[in-house]
Amino acid sequence: MTPRELRKIANRIRRRDLQAVFEAGAGHIGGEFSVIDILTALYFEVLSVSAENPTAPERDRLVLSKGHTALALYIVLAEKGFLPQAEISSFLQHKSRLNGHPNRVKLPGVETNTGPLGHGLSVGVGMATAAKLDGQNWRTFVITGDGEMQEGSNWEAIMAAAHFKLDNLTLIIDHNRLQQGAPLADTNNLAPIAPKLAAFGWDCIEIDGHDMSEICSVLSADTIGKGRPRCVVAHTNKGHGVSFMADNVAWHHKVPNEEQYKQAMAELEAAIS
Amino acid sequence: MTKAMDITKLHDCRDAFTQALEELGATNPDIVAVCNDSVGSSKLGGFRDKFPQRLINVGIAEQNMVGVGAGLANGGKIPFVCAAAPFLTGRALEQIKADVAYSETNVKLVGISSGMAYGELGPTHHSIEDFAWIRALPNIPVIAPADRHETAAVIRWAATYQGGCFLRLSRVGVPDLLPEDHVFELGTANLLRDGTDITLIANGVLTHRVMIAASLLASRGVSARVLNMATVRPIDESAIIEAAAQTGAILTCEEHTVFGGLGSAVAEVVVDHCPIPMTRLGVPGVFAHTASANRLLDDFGMSPEAIANSAVTLLQRKV
Repeated sequence: MTPRELRKIANRIRRRDLQAVFEAGAGHIGGEFSVIDILTALYFEVLSVSAENPTAPERDRLVLSKGHTALALYIVLAEKGFLPQAEISSFLQHKSRLNGHPNRVKLPGVETNTGPLGHGLSVGVGMATAAKLDGQNWRTFVITGDGEMQEGSNWEAIMAAAHFKLDNLTLIIDHNRLQQGAPLADTNNLAPIAPKLAAFGWDCIEIDGHDMSEICSVLSADTIGKGRPRCVVAHTNKGHGVSFMADNVAWHHKVPNEEQYKQAMAELEAAIS
Repeated sequence: MTKAMDITKLHDCRDAFTQALEELGATNPDIVAVCNDSVGSSKLGGFRDKFPQRLINVGIAEQNMVGVGAGLANGGKIPFVCAAAPFLTGRALEQIKADVAYSETNVKLVGISSGMAYGELGPTHHSIEDFAWIRALPNIPVIAPADRHETAAVIRWAATYQGGCFLRLSRVGVPDLLPEDHVFELGTANLLRDGTDITLIANGVLTHRVMIAASLLASRGVSARVLNMATVRPIDESAIIEAAAQTGAILTCEEHTVFGGLGSAVAEVVVDHCPIPMTRLGVPGVFAHTASANRLLDDFGMSPEAIANSAVTLLQRKV
């Protein structure tokens, strides 16, 4: 798929996400818009997964450790046929399986239940270790937020992944520089992140997390070296694609009013026409 | 009923655990062990020597250890995640909740040296809250075997059970109580001694103590039933209701705080179905003083003599 085609899909996913947040009256639109390009590239270009057989033993694994952006994952999974597209409108509704955080027991395509931050990378280390034990080539991808890297459990997993030489594991850090209520830099500034993981023995690459060519290139199996886990520090913008949301900490989980909704939708539509 | 217990021959149940795990590992290549630098204290040296690739030691990092276990289970493995019980359950409780219980992963959590097994090392190393913590989570059976035969049986059961579980083992020596070919059934208490006046319920390192207490009671003319209740969740409701109806009084005994453990689980059934007088022995909601594991049980009123005395006191409350 060409970068242009991927951008069109990502734009469609952003519009569906915007609509769902508007209709549900809740969601984490800022972090969803920063990660949607990465998720789109993964599911439409990189991952070997199939809605027909969502638990195939040799499928690739994707762990969305920043589970509060579940809506973006739901929409991508719906695009891939793991759930009906129409079901997205049930997001957060009474007894919907589309909870505010993803549930593998209820929704095919979800690999592990995330929500509390700092869990996904350890689970990914276990997945990658299982593949190594079986001599299989399937790959494991974990997406975390940048603020999430403040959780100490991540650094336990970072040590282990390097020690176990898990070159079948890729960590993508959605580095949008904003956490719930303030910039990363004003809270507990981890940046620059890449040198820290490099010091632990990871193969680190920094990219523009909204450039489809760069995302696909860095996630391609051909570019992975032997013996080291890969960390992709994806420089992104929270709320990417909508002028008044982008890089604005207020839009972590703010819900647009009708006027804002119309303006955001118009901007997204204009971007793809 | 089993043959008479020989209290001069005591066994460390960790040996039964590792022997069973090594036997299972030899026939099932999906069985793996995960630990936190506890190869020695979890007695995993033999497993490591036999299956070096399948011993995953993450170092001193319990949160990561449990998450790695969940990921291994996602990849088709049957992980036995082994660590000292206080650190496994206390440090990694949220991983147990989200990655194992809520995600319904096939992770076998093995808490070693549970209860007050670490004795003089003190309350940081005691695990007397773990029944309460793990019992509060859906999807995770909580099991504390009483001797080496039940330990081996529980490990064999866990390897075939589809789902997570918490196995609470001790390092404190205990005599044989159950037959060597014992088959563990989840949620089913074992009747070790029948009686009509009172029922004593225990598990783990307390079961043999209540057996001795029952003998002491017999010499005082009291007929005590003894139930070994390894499974704290799901609790054996029918055995409890039957004991209440037939003996009219229940005394529980556990190496755990009296808040939220075996005694609480039994009391919940009694309150709901069969109100009768009860006494719950355990650690009375304090951090323990300096003493050996067995001395602490004695100090907290769980010597066989003290258990028998508590039983006699309880009998006076029967209507």
